[in-house]
Amino acid sequence: MLADYAYIGLFLIVALFFAITTLLLPFTLRFFRIVPHKPNPIKSSTYECGMETVGKSWVQFNFRYYFYALLFLALDVLVVFLYPWAVDLRQLGHFGFIGVFIFIFIVIVGYVYAWRKKVLEWK
Amino acid sequence: MEVGRAGLYVYSDTELDRAEGAAIESLKAHCQQAIPDPDKWLEEELRRNILLTSVDFMLNWARRSSLWPVICFPACCAFELIATAASRFDISRFGMEIIRASPRQADLMITAGTLTWKMAPQVRRIYDQMAEPKWVIAMGACAISGGTFAQSYSVVPGYNLIVPVDVYVPGCPPRPEALLYGIKMLRDKISKKSITEG
Repeated sequence: MLADYAYIGLFLIVALFFAITTLLLPFTLRFFRIVPHKPNPIKSSTYECGMETVGKSWVQFNFRYYFYALLFLALDVLVVFLYPWAVDLRQLGHFGFIGVFIFIFIVIVGYVYAWRKKVLEWK
Repeated sequence: MEVGRAGLYVYSDTELDRAEGAAIESLKAHCQQAIPDPDKWLEEELRRNILLTSVDFMLNWARRSSLWPVICFPACCAFELIATAASRFDISRFGMEIIRASPRQADLMITAGTLTWKMAPQVRRIYDQMAEPKWVIAMGACAISGGTFAQSYSVVPGYNLIVPVDVYVPGCPPRPEALLYGIKMLRDKISKKSITEG
């Protein structure tokens, strides 16, 4: 029983050894001057790659994206529920068939409500 | 890049154009002389005329066997490069099939295509971000001298104004075989390098 935990311990040791080796390898290579040391401001920056943003990156997004995201989420979850239902449709019978239609009806009511409230119009 | 007044969130197109133009003009002013090709160690090796040590051999073997190209294909030579990377010519034979999107993980820049001055700061930036040691293959006539567009006001006449070039592959565009030969030359060049020469 206790010996079984030894595998976890072994795994931990290997993981630690691997992580420490990976971290120390660049320092070792630098120490022995195997890797050339030619820093420049762009290479030393923490920004990995690509173009730097011009101006501030804390830009404001249009609030209407939120409505679209919410509507998308509701319909997306609907589809997630429909897939397992469609697979087991024969076993579920009439009860399942009508139940899902009630479920869809509730979502559609919400959708029509959003539509009537002019959420889908981009002003 | 600092544009316009500090604290503004959105800049006008004019301001952005002006800032970009200033950056390009300053690069253009600094890059009028060709950067000499990094090939000192080749002559050193001839002068020393001794066998490389086993450490050098191992390091150079490791370096030349895992050349990871960075994505930097500004123009049409890229298609020959893509053909070289694809199954028929297959640069994975040289351990080069991982074409990295991040210059931090790459050590070879294959400059496939015409470089305009507008693109030049970005290419310089990619080169600066690449990890040491790094190499550059200038692929095609445009990369060597500007090619057909050498006289144009907007084209960089040769990548060696922007970055130091190790191997030149002529052709317009060079066939994949030519590029493979260039890669082979680069591998030979790397295998002659010694760690004592920095």
